[in-house]
Amino acid sequence: MRYVVRRLGFFALTLWVALTLNFFIPRFMPGNPLDALRARTHDRLSPAALEQMLTSYGFKPHQNIFVQYLEYLRNMFTGHWGISIGATLGEPVSTIVWQALPWTLGLVGVTTVLAFLLGSLIGVVAAWRRGGRLDSVLPPVFVVTSALPYFWVGLMLILVFSVWTHGWLPSDFNYDPDLLPEFSLGFIENVLKHAVLPAATILIASIGAWILTMRNNMITTLAEDYVRMGRAKGLSNSRIMTDYAARNAMLPNLSGFAMSLGFVITGSILVEYVFNYPGLGYQLYNAVQNTDYPLMQALFMLFTVAVLVALLVCDFAIAWLDPRVRATGSR
Amino acid sequence: MSSEPEIEIRDLDVAYTASDGPLLEVRDLRVEYATAGGLVRAVDGVDMKVHKGEFVAVVGESGCGKSTLLFAIARLLSPSAVITGGSVAFRGQNLVTMTDKELNALRWRDYSVVMQSAMNALNPVTTIGAQFKDSIEAHAKWSVAQTAQRCVEVMKLVGIDPIHLNSYPHQLSGGMRQRAMIAMALLFTPDLVIMDEPTSGLDVVAQRLLMVQIKELQQKLGFAVIFVTHDMSLVSHFSDQLLVMYAGQVVEIGPTRAVFDSPSHPYSRGLLDAFPSIRGPRVELTGIAGSPPDLSNPPDGCRFHPRCAFAMAACFTEPPPLYRVGPALSRCHLNAHEPAELPGVPREHPGIAETMRT
Amino acid sequence: MTGLLVDTSGRAVTRRRGSGLTAAIRRSRKAQVGLVILLVFCIVAVVPGLFTSVRHPNALQFTPRLGPSGEHWLGTTSLGQDIWAQLVYGTRQSLVIAVVAGLFATVLSVLVGVTAAYLGGLPDDVLSMITSVFLVIPTFPLIIIFATYAGKSTLIVVLIVLVVTGWSYGANQMRAQMLSLRNREFLESARVRGERRTYIIFAEALPTMTSLIVAIFLGAALYSLLTAAGLQFIGLGDPDSSSWGTMLYWSESQSALQTGMPLWSIAPGLCVALLGVSFALINYAFDEISNPALRPVRRRHVKRARDRNT
Repeated sequence: MRYVVRRLGFFALTLWVALTLNFFIPRFMPGNPLDALRARTHDRLSPAALEQMLTSYGFKPHQNIFVQYLEYLRNMFTGHWGISIGATLGEPVSTIVWQALPWTLGLVGVTTVLAFLLGSLIGVVAAWRRGGRLDSVLPPVFVVTSALPYFWVGLMLILVFSVWTHGWLPSDFNYDPDLLPEFSLGFIENVLKHAVLPAATILIASIGAWILTMRNNMITTLAEDYVRMGRAKGLSNSRIMTDYAARNAMLPNLSGFAMSLGFVITGSILVEYVFNYPGLGYQLYNAVQNTDYPLMQALFMLFTVAVLVALLVCDFAIAWLDPRVRATGSR
Repeated sequence: MSSEPEIEIRDLDVAYTASDGPLLEVRDLRVEYATAGGLVRAVDGVDMKVHKGEFVAVVGESGCGKSTLLFAIARLLSPSAVITGGSVAFRGQNLVTMTDKELNALRWRDYSVVMQSAMNALNPVTTIGAQFKDSIEAHAKWSVAQTAQRCVEVMKLVGIDPIHLNSYPHQLSGGMRQRAMIAMALLFTPDLVIMDEPTSGLDVVAQRLLMVQIKELQQKLGFAVIFVTHDMSLVSHFSDQLLVMYAGQVVEIGPTRAVFDSPSHPYSRGLLDAFPSIRGPRVELTGIAGSPPDLSNPPDGCRFHPRCAFAMAACFTEPPPLYRVGPALSRCHLNAHEPAELPGVPREHPGIAETMRT
Repeated sequence: MTGLLVDTSGRAVTRRRGSGLTAAIRRSRKAQVGLVILLVFCIVAVVPGLFTSVRHPNALQFTPRLGPSGEHWLGTTSLGQDIWAQLVYGTRQSLVIAVVAGLFATVLSVLVGVTAAYLGGLPDDVLSMITSVFLVIPTFPLIIIFATYAGKSTLIVVLIVLVVTGWSYGANQMRAQMLSLRNREFLESARVRGERRTYIIFAEALPTMTSLIVAIFLGAALYSLLTAAGLQFIGLGDPDSSSWGTMLYWSESQSALQTGMPLWSIAPGLCVALLGVSFALINYAFDEISNPALRPVRRRHVKRARDRNT
């Protein structure tokens, strides 16, 4: 129980720090959002209208900064994320976000988890069959793939499977622009077809790291005395591999997964950019291009929340698997 | 323990009697590792016999090959080590040539293993009870009730409250963990229990208590024990047979009393001299100068000669065989003509180096 | 103890061959490959003039959209620049970013991690919390926002941002390692001798952790390289600079893949990948060196007894 409280406390603290950073950075940077907004609206709006827009973004330069801060926090938590001042001028940020969220969850979320599970499984098997032909080929290959830039893998896949095949697999968007979203088989098929290349990119670029760390953890675990004890007791190989070795080797891997989520998000933003896939990452890029501060802030908060939630899930999974953590409240 | 629990030996195999020969016979066992520096022969031609109910102690310093010997006998070597010669006959069957499947039929039921440092030898993420259970399930088809009953029985045998079957290893003290491991080893009341320094990491008092308990269990249940340790004085009161190893070879072997009271090999002598006696006159503590040889390139002749105060010309070139010295065997040219007399044999005399100077 | 060995047999006492870090590197093929690649890139970065005759790679001086030829090994861009020349000159910036950012991030990691572990108590809790927070905040969005608000990002901004976001992972590792070392005897004896804390940390403890520090550096360099390339790729770098990431930015904005100039995209990306791979290979080899259990299992010329007996 103590463990749960500690982790939730950490969650709250980190979220608060992220939000505060998000609030203060624009105020300490050179440049003025007011000017940017004026440029964007081509001086066509009255100062009052501009003020109103900026108010929705939380920028009230005349107000006491502490009051601004509190209001900003309140707005963030209640979903009042303001109005977009970018290319989608006037549209509520929350609408943009809720539209993009399912695509990112579906593509990036599913693929990342899949890469992690699949990579761990392969790592376990590779370590078990140490010294075989598979194991001597695997590590160098995956060392290479783990160092490849996400976006470049995407570009190469586009080149090979889209350009050279004259469009066999689509390289842009999440579904054909002339289709209307509906729950039909045809539409779903189309969506899946558009998801193949981006998903493959994430898979190829990220699976290497999981395989290698799991393999290394597994090898170290297999050298432990309790594994030898399992053999001494005459347990079956599958039993030893799962209950004794993998269960212990998994633990550092899970925490590693949690810690690298930031990097995963980086990669996903780039992948969405390369494939024009309208998820949260793509929206962030647009927001940056158009200096759309409200959208940027909301997205940043969402990314932080996503990472923290995933971290919490991993932490609880570790606590569930490892009784020592439950006892002491930390590793 | 308030009442003696009933030890019911289930699935009784045909009782193995002493007249059938030794329970375990090791002949000319060799184990090699392939390392970057070359082939290392960690065990080089070891012979030993263990009879039913006998307590055999294997003693030596770190790196002498005693743990490797143990694991080789139990067929538990890590993949980098290979048995390259010799045989290990357990009840007449050669363990070295058996397949994994055949070995599994014997494991835990006929012989079991207790490892040192039970913190690492018990799976940290499963309960003690679960670890007992999976060894039972691997070898017998007992009902849930029978399994539970047996687990409780063995825990009581070693004096641990059976409630700890639901505990995780980190929740028990070092001594309790070690006893839990011994309990686990006795689940099927095997004929042979192999122990690798089970008392390491325990304080002196706990060590002694554990030894006493092991001996009691042994006498009650009748299993043989091979006990590996670096601490000769620890086993001297409990073992029937004492085997001293050096650089992968047996340098002295015989009844404990013979080897302990009048060691014939200079190395055994050195080991004993390194432990002060609580009784008797105060003597200067002597260690053995030098360090163990590099096993990928052992010295010519007798492997101990670089550190031996009594090295003769023959020791540099001829590897000594095991010479008979009374009831014991000693691998030392000094014993080439019976009976051997090491200068200053009785332990009460000053150490070897002192004697040499006089 | 080995010095006391009195070998009276007359045989030369052979020192164990292959001890030490350099020998271990020599043994690992992965490390060799990685080091060679790194070396090649370093040479190109230092003397780019040796590899191409073009002096101003970004100048629009050639016929655009040429394919590979003897004169332009990789062809030209749609703006009339020699791709190979750009590649060669771009090495310097990409390498510098990776190494410098990696270095500073490593220094920060070491400082924070070691201090937290050594001081313990409240300072440790505070530092650990800070480290965890930085670790968890998704860095790329932060970088994007930071870079946007700072206006046109120069090299310095990119470097700062990379260091600020890249140090936390290594700090955790250093702290864990330092915690396990804290109670070892050699440190205890230094304390008893009355040495100052800073001396103990830097002269006694750190030298034993060199392999971890090197691993952290390589990881930070890899992270910096890939993230910088990513930043430049989406246009947050300096578009007038010459680096691989910027090349990728221009090739993407000019739709190089779709308009038949794939080399413009393939080449710089391949270079980033190669340099990254060299870091990863050396890092992996270091893992093997520091953890003997991971070393490649060599084919053994040892015959099993069971194969010989029948």
